[in-house]
This record gives sequence, C-alpha cells and structure tokens, in this order.
Amino acid sequence: MNIVYRALRILIKIYTDIRDRITPGWSQKNSSRIREWELMAYAFSKSKIGVLGGFMVFITVVLAIIGPIISWEPYWIYKTITDPKLMYLPPCLPPWCSGRPILGTDEWGRDIVAMSLYGFRISFVISIVVVFFGSVIGIVLGLVSGYKGGVVDEIIMRLTDIFMAFPSLILAIAFAAVLPSRIRGFLGENIWFRNILSTIFGLRPQEYPQLAALLSVWIAMVVVWWPGYTRIIRGTVLSVREHPFIEAAKLCGLSTWRILVKHILPNVLSPVIVMITFDMATATLFAASLSFLGLGPQEPVPELGYMISKAGRYFPERSLHVVAYLGLVLLFIALGWNLLGDALRDVLDPRTRRALEFREEKV
Amino acid sequence: MSETLLRVENLKKYFRVRGSFTKKVRAVDDVSFEIFRGTTLGVVGESGCGKSTLGRTILRLIDPTSGRIIFDGRDVTKVKGKALREYWRNAQMVFQDPHTSLNPRMTIASILLEPIKSYRIYVEDEEKFLVEQLEMVGLGKEHLYRYPHELSGGQKQRVAILRAIIVKPKFVVLDEPTSALDVSVQAQILELLKNLQKIYNLTYMFISHDIAVVKYMSDAIAVMYLGKIVEIGDADTVFFNPLHPYTKYLLSAIPIPDPKMARDRKKVIIQGEPPSPINPPPGCRFHPRCPFAMDICRKEEPPKIEVEKNHIVACMLYAKK
Amino acid sequence: MQSSGEKVVLNDGEVLRVEKLEVRFYTYAGVVHAVSNVSFYVREGETIALVGETGCGKTITTRAITKLIESPGRIESGIALFRRRNGQIVDLLKLDDEEIRKIRGDEIAYVFQDPSAALDPLYTVGYHFIETVKAHRNNVSKKNIIYLAIKLLREVAIPSPEVRVKNYPHELSGGMRQRSVIAISLSNMPKLLIADEPTTNLDVTIQAQILELLQELQKRYGMSMILITHNLGVVAETANRVYVMYAGKIVEEGNCETIFYNSAHPYTQLLLKAVPNPLKKIEKLESIPGTVPSLINPPPGCRFHPRCPFAMDICRKEEPPKIKLDDNHYVFCWLYTKR
Repeated sequence: MNIVYRALRILIKIYTDIRDRITPGWSQKNSSRIREWELMAYAFSKSKIGVLGGFMVFITVVLAIIGPIISWEPYWIYKTITDPKLMYLPPCLPPWCSGRPILGTDEWGRDIVAMSLYGFRISFVISIVVVFFGSVIGIVLGLVSGYKGGVVDEIIMRLTDIFMAFPSLILAIAFAAVLPSRIRGFLGENIWFRNILSTIFGLRPQEYPQLAALLSVWIAMVVVWWPGYTRIIRGTVLSVREHPFIEAAKLCGLSTWRILVKHILPNVLSPVIVMITFDMATATLFAASLSFLGLGPQEPVPELGYMISKAGRYFPERSLHVVAYLGLVLLFIALGWNLLGDALRDVLDPRTRRALEFREEKV
Repeated sequence: MSETLLRVENLKKYFRVRGSFTKKVRAVDDVSFEIFRGTTLGVVGESGCGKSTLGRTILRLIDPTSGRIIFDGRDVTKVKGKALREYWRNAQMVFQDPHTSLNPRMTIASILLEPIKSYRIYVEDEEKFLVEQLEMVGLGKEHLYRYPHELSGGQKQRVAILRAIIVKPKFVVLDEPTSALDVSVQAQILELLKNLQKIYNLTYMFISHDIAVVKYMSDAIAVMYLGKIVEIGDADTVFFNPLHPYTKYLLSAIPIPDPKMARDRKKVIIQGEPPSPINPPPGCRFHPRCPFAMDICRKEEPPKIEVEKNHIVACMLYAKK
Repeated sequence: MQSSGEKVVLNDGEVLRVEKLEVRFYTYAGVVHAVSNVSFYVREGETIALVGETGCGKTITTRAITKLIESPGRIESGIALFRRRNGQIVDLLKLDDEEIRKIRGDEIAYVFQDPSAALDPLYTVGYHFIETVKAHRNNVSKKNIIYLAIKLLREVAIPSPEVRVKNYPHELSGGMRQRSVIAISLSNMPKLLIADEPTTNLDVTIQAQILELLQELQKRYGMSMILITHNLGVVAETANRVYVMYAGKIVEEGNCETIFYNSAHPYTQLLLKAVPNPLKKIEKLESIPGTVPSLINPPPGCRFHPRCPFAMDICRKEEPPKIKLDDNHYVFCWLYTKR
C-alpha cells in the first residue's frame, strides 16, 4: 500500500458515495467498473514516473487556477518608469537582502515569480482550449472517416493531408496578420464576451487588444491541431470496426450513429486521452513559441514566451535569471504532462493493466 | 418433411483484390441449399473455404454479389432499412470468439438490453427479465453487472448466445461457436444450443471446421471446399457414405478419441494444401489434390449430381457417362 | 530449493524424470499455484501426452523443465533428471543459465503452437537452421548446415527444399511453416522433442499430415517426445502414455489405451464423454458442470471436488494420494483407496 494508491482510492470512494446518494444501488450495479478504477489507480501508483508527472501536472493546474488571484503584483504597473534601478534586478536570497523579489525582476521591474503565475493561467487556457477543440473535431471526423470508409474516408483523409502539409507557423503568421484587428473590433463591441474572456485568462478587460492576439493564436493552433487526432482515431476505428461485436450491434438493428457513439467511441478513447495529455505539453510550448516570435499578445501581458523573447534582448548579461526561470517553468509544465501521458498510456491499456496485475511481485 | 425456412439460390460473393481490376477472391461461389424449420445445417470446411463468408452473406452483413436468399417465403437479398431490421430480428448470429464479440466497455446487462430496446420488445421489469434469461443459459444474477473480461470464455459465449436468442429469432447462424473453448466447456455449450433449439424451435446453421462437432449437432451437412459446396446431404449419409473424394479425405483426417479405432482405421493422407481462392484451379477445384482426378476434372466444372434423395455431390466420378 | 526425502534416480531407458515440480507465479492478485507436485517420466523413444484444458499447467510444466519460466513465475522446488547424449545424468533445475542454454535447443527442442511466432520474419528459413546449429556447434560450416537443412526439409515433406530454404517465412503457408519449425527443431538431433499444441492452429487435413510426420520422424531418429494437447483425438492417435492434468496437478497417468478404455479418475471419465466421437452414435454429450477453479485459491483437498459427481467429505479436506491401480496406471483419487 502506498500513499498515492490510498489517496486515489479515497477519491474513488467519495465519487461512488456521491453517485450512490443520487441513484441508490449505483455502486452495486457498477461494482465491476469501480474495481477497474481501483486497479487503474494501483497501476498508476506503481509507476514512479507517472506519479511524479501527475504531481507536476497537479501543481501546474492548481497554479493556473489560483495563480492570477494569489499573484502579489499587478502586471500592468511599469515600476521602472518611476525607479529605473528596478530593471532586471538579479536574484537575491533572504538572508542577504530582504524586501527585494527573490528571483529578481524583469524589464519593467516586476517580480518574475508573480508574473509567471499569470503566465501559468494563460498558457494553460490556451493549451486546453486548443487541445479540446482539436480533439473534438478530430474525433468526429476520424470516427466518420474510419467507420464509413470509401469516398467519405478519401475526402476526409485528403483534407487532413492538406492541413498537415500546411506549415503551421506560416499559417499562424498569416492569421496573426489578419485576424487580431477583426477580433479586436468584435471584442470592442461585445463587452460581455470581452469580460468573460478576460476573466478566463486572468487579465484585465482593458487588455482586449491583447486578448484578440491571444484568440488568433488559438484559432491558428486549432486549425493545425485536429488532423493528428483524425489520423489516430481513424486508425483505431479501423481496427475496432473489425471486431465481431460491431457486427453483433448491426444485427441488433442499431443505427450507424448509435454504433459509432456506443460501440466504437468508448473503445477508441484511451489513445485519445493519452494523446491529449502529450498534446497539452506540445500546445503549451507551441503557444509559447508563437508569442516568442511576436505573434501573440504584447505589453503588458505576462505571457511566458513573450517575456522570454523580451528578456532575450539583454541576454545573457542582465537577463539570464529571467530566461532561465521562465524556461524552467515551461519545462516543468511540458515535462509534467509528458510523464503523466507516458504512465497513462500503460494504465489505460487494458492489456498492459491486466499484464501488470499478473506481473507484480509481492514477496 | 417440414417446411423450408431458408433457401439460398446460386449465392455468390466475390471480393475484389486491392490493386487489381481482374483478380477476384471467389469466397462463395454458386452455393445453393435449403434449411428446414427447426433443423440444423452443418457447414464444414477448412479455413479459407468461405464458410464464414457464407454465413455473413446470408445474414446480409456482407452484400452478396449475386444469387438469392429467401427467408420465410420472402426474398431478403436486397432488402434495406426497416425490412432489413425485420430480417435481423428473425435471423441472428453467434460468433466464433466470445472475447471479441462482446463490447469490452459494456456490462452484461447493457449488452443484453441492446437488442431488446432496439427491437422495442416490451419488458415489464428489466432486471427480473434479464435474470430469468441469464438463468436459462446457466448464468445468474451475479453476472448481470459484470464486464465481459470478468467472465470465462464459456460464460462469455453463453452471453453471446443469449444476446442472439433474446429477441426470439427464427434462425441463428452459429459461426464456430465452440472452437475457442475448452473441451469440457464445448460440451456444455453444445448441449445448451441443443436445448434452446428444442425450446424455441430454432433453426441453426452451424459452421465449423470440426467435423465431429458438426456431426453431433446437425441434421444435414454441407461440405465446402474453396467457396463451393462439394457435397451436401443428411448428416448420417454424408458421414457414413461419403461420395466426394474431399469428404472422404476430410473424414479420415479427423483424430478419433479412441486409440483402437484411431489406429486401426484406414487413413487417406493426401499431401498438399488448399490453393488460394484468388485464382482457383479451373475445372473441379479439388483436382490438384484429388487421387482420382481425370482429364475432364481439369477442364470442366463438375455438375451437381443428386446421387440419392437429399444427397448431392459435385464430382465427375458420379456423372453418368 | 528443498530436497525431497527419498533419492530420485533415473532408471534405465528413461530420458527424463521430473519429480515433485512446483511452479508458482507471484502476482498482484495473489500467488498462482500454476503447477503443484507434478511428477512424470519419459522413456527413450516414447511419446507421452500431457492432456488438459487451458490453464491446467501443461505448458508451464514443460517450460519449467528447461527453466523457461519468466518473472513473476518461480520454480519453487522439484527435480528434473535428464540423461544427456554422453550418458551423463544432470538435474536440469540445478544447472546455471549457461549450461541449460547448451541443452535447450540442442538436446531438448521445442515446437510451439504458433509457427509464425517461432520464425523471425526478417530471416530466411535457411538462416534459422544456421542459427540453431551454430548456437551449439560453432565448427560446422554454413554450407554443411544448408545441406542439412535441405535434407531435413525434404524429410518433413516440403516440396523443392532447395528453393524453400531461401524463402522467408511469409512466403510459406501455415502448414509449411509448422513443417519448417519441426525441421529446424530437429537440426541438432534432439533426444527429447517437446511439442506444445503443434497442430492447434492448423486445419484438420494439415493436422493429420503433421501428426503422421511427427510419428515417422520420431521412429526414424529414436527421439522421445512430450506432446502437449487438449485434443483427445490427437492423443489417441499418437501417444504411448498419457498424463491427464487438472488445475496444475496430474490426476491420472497410464497407457494410452488404459486411459481411454479404463480411466479411473472422474475427471478423465467426464472429459472423454465430453468429446464427440464422430464414428459413434451419441445421443447426449456429458458436460462437466462448473468451471476450472482459480489457481490463486485452489480448492482444498482434491482440486476437482467442486465439479466431481462422486465427491466425498474427505475429498474436500485432504489431498488425494497417488494410488497404483495397475502397472503404469496411477490415479490421484480418494475413490480408490482401500478402506
């Protein structure tokens, strides 16, 4: 028994208790599923790398949620205007100097740790939305393409080929050139939408021109993101489709749509979940690199990629600490998701899970 | 003699070979037979002889290239939509491998409720009904909310059988229902199938490579070789008086679970393996392996000859000269 | 490894004698008692059959002989005396990895169920011969091995072996692949051939050919053979002596005919009645009620008692003793104890 396993079991218990309260007898009817979850929890807890990744992701998510709230410095105040000495203060540990930011300041004299807390939120929102839309579009097209086959399959697959062949960076540049002004106009008119959006990103509504830039990064990324999912789903559907239980479902008189949703989709979800986890890392880095190139938001939004790019101007003499710290933040996010994905791949595959059940030594 | 439930006339199913316009796999080639209500037709043959394709084509899971399927007096060869659903309501299938014929993400209860809901069969108390049905196939309440992987192979096959007969069909295609199972479990499943047939007056088409099992289950036997039926007749007739050389060969190849019988019996061991159905040999498809092959066998397709009542063989040896 | 009380000796004419073999798997779900107290022997030039259903431990038993058990499996105890070609008698379970590798594939060869898995798709059939022979006799030239390969392929009735030796596995049909695997396993002239369900994936007509072939080769080379199968028909056609296994234990042993006509253990009797004999008229197949027990918590006493129609009180408590009914006919069942 280890702590992670015990914690996960408690979570499962809480969930089943809630379900039981809503519909009595639920846990008894689903006892097999609960056992399966417990086995998954066990398998996961046995993977040291997975636990580490899970922990890193947990921190990332928590910081993304509470970051802008707990951040002790507003990002929109340019301190260096009043006190130029604050620019690029080096890191400084408490015994030697107090009152100054521990890891130093950036160009505008803002504490970089406080700024990175906003950055966590922005990159998390971007990556989760990109991956969500990308995977939904990909899943729908992949299911249809794999199950229908024939002409439909050909059309969808050629379409994905076209999008995959498209250089994503150039597409993003084109979007960044055209879209922001239009979105800006839209945001200027729809104040309620602007407010919701700014709350999600943890920014002030005044920053809506920057929000427009962020949205254009979103759209550019979604456009290039879905083909990967379509390919993976289609491949899995092709193999699931051959199972006799699909034929049995046909004999039960089910419509194509119901077969897709009830029989095929649940059986192709595991690879998608794994891919989503890996993609959270990739999307974070991709968004950061787009804004590094100046295609994303500008001043004063503390986007991780943009801050690194700005600090690059004084690199390495004055801004080494900024680049190093923000780089480590990105590494932390990406590594966490990757490690988690690696472990999930094993945990979600019933075969390896079953194998693990019989491979574990206890003596 | 009872009435015909299913009649198949000159059924053909050709598959196109990918990347070729002329090559075709003749999986089922000009097959005709009929099955009487309440009886079992056994179909035997080696792997790749087209017996599974035949079963699937009859059930319209695969569309036939040509020929006719007449079920219960109605032509179902080309029916679509509602009429096809109505056909499937009456004609079901049990698959070979119970591990892949049940959706691993569904509980036994939801697997069994699927046909009931889909065909809108009124059930007062679902859980009670399912438990009754499960008990009928030798399972119980404790299996209702399990997942397939928690059941043994035999139990899974019982669920698969129950899913097929829960809507009370008239006809069931059994595609090697026991070949993935152990001997002792096989016997249980065969007995179960026989009992269900008696209770519901079911008509079976029993597809298998195991002649001993087919013989045990069937009233009539059809022997397939490379997409064609080479011999068809009453089970005992085909078994004890086989006419086609391939049938003789097949029968002598079965291992007999009886050492004296096994070692005393005369064996016909023919070398060679079945050729590919992509380019089947001209004339009789068995001629390259047949010890009695004549010149005519290499050129002309053998006619179907009714040697005695209900015993048809496709072989030149029995053609009247 | 524990040593059993009495001294185990290899009698004259015996190639292999396994005593009290115990294999367990340590898993998340618990300890699987896969093989418990299994003893058997093989004489020179004889075919024995290990019969049983899936999971009864027949494959694990034979794999344990040459220590082919992987973690989490462990050989707990037992003795496997083997007479080598040079007459030396060794306990296979006490040899280290290097020594056992010298015997495996050379003096003890395996033929597995799935011929496609036994052949590497990247190499030709001939290369497999070279690899097998070179692993044990490095001084043989490649040319000589290919000559040997062609000779052996001809013996297993593969047409035009000179061509086939250069073929890749995917260019052969299923039956031919299994023939090639058999030929490869013979390339070192093993003393003992272990055939694990060699015909299960093949069609009946091919199965008949392969069984015929195995018998012929065995006579010609004087090998001993352990045939693992679940198919009683195959046993009746080929075996000299039969060991019936159930849930990790041997329940009955005897000559082939004794087992088929005078079986003593209820499991054997029921198993025989569960198989349809196509040459006989059968009204009803006997089926064995219930399912094979989990080997994690095997039933106490006789492992068959929950399904046995004759189960008595003692069967539920104590393990049945080995009872001699006749020469070569032993049964593990309380029904035959003298009271």
